[in-house]
Amino acid sequence: MPSRSPQNSNEDQSMLLKRQLCLGIAVALGVAAAPAWAETLQVTIDKLVFSPAVINARAGDTIEWINKDILAHTATVKGGWDVMIPAGKSARLVLDKVESADYYCRFHPNMKGKVTVAGP
Amino acid sequence: MLSRKTAVLAAFCLLGTSLTHAADKPTDPQIAHIAYTAGTIDIEAAQQAVKMSKNENVVGFAKDMVRDHEAVNKQALDLVKKLKVTPEDNDTSRALAEAASAERSKLSKLDGAAFDKAYVENEVAYHKQVNEALETLLIPSASNAELKSLLETGLKIFQGHQQHAEQVAAELK
Ligand SMILES: [Cu+2]
Repeated sequence: MPSRSPQNSNEDQSMLLKRQLCLGIAVALGVAAAPAWAETLQVTIDKLVFSPAVINARAGDTIEWINKDILAHTATVKGGWDVMIPAGKSARLVLDKVESADYYCRFHPNMKGKVTVAGP
Repeated sequence: MLSRKTAVLAAFCLLGTSLTHAADKPTDPQIAHIAYTAGTIDIEAAQQAVKMSKNENVVGFAKDMVRDHEAVNKQALDLVKKLKVTPEDNDTSRALAEAASAERSKLSKLDGAAFDKAYVENEVAYHKQVNEALETLLIPSASNAELKSLLETGLKIFQGHQQHAEQVAAELK
């Protein structure tokens, strides 16, 4: 997965453990839970800029927006998801669908980002 | 709408004209006052729209304006306090406030779709004028780095509001 964000190597051990645990629970519950390798990809919002602006994810990953601004923002896809990100807070979205989505902020449409979700 | 737009333009032209004399460049205390006044004007216009409009999109937009401009103005007040700068009233601020008050009384005589259209079109024109003033006059004239940075972020917010207002205006048609 060369296009994905780098994972902190210090976290590898615990991540692996968590993922095995996750998989275990998913199997135990017999549900189609997030794939065992699901990651959380962070996007920081600072001074009305999403960074990184482009995120490459896999179905099952979670995207987390961390809003450092004093203003509320949204991550909105026309005809698709609409995530509210309050001032100074963060918000998460599970990317469960394979898609390539351009998103923007409804309050400040000059803020733009893109998420590409590949198959699991 | 034309009257407010013209008046706002005149207010910023006043500033532009005085800029031809380098010594008359607006000072940081004046810039802070102009920026704060510009925010207050938009809050007051929005509060009027929240009261008068019955259109969900228009009221939603107006509430967004109140929330954002209150947050920015609070940050501006915190900054001037920290920098020990006292915002200084000036001809540009006064002309802006006068134009805004004239516009508010004009809008108060409208209602329904006519009010919505006039309010939103004003918002587009007003943010456009403020953006031009920020870009060409206020930001280049600011000498304190933190004030300049606040104005630069303010410009991005105002540009966002302009686009948002344009979208709401398009939906009204
Ligand atoms: Cu925003």
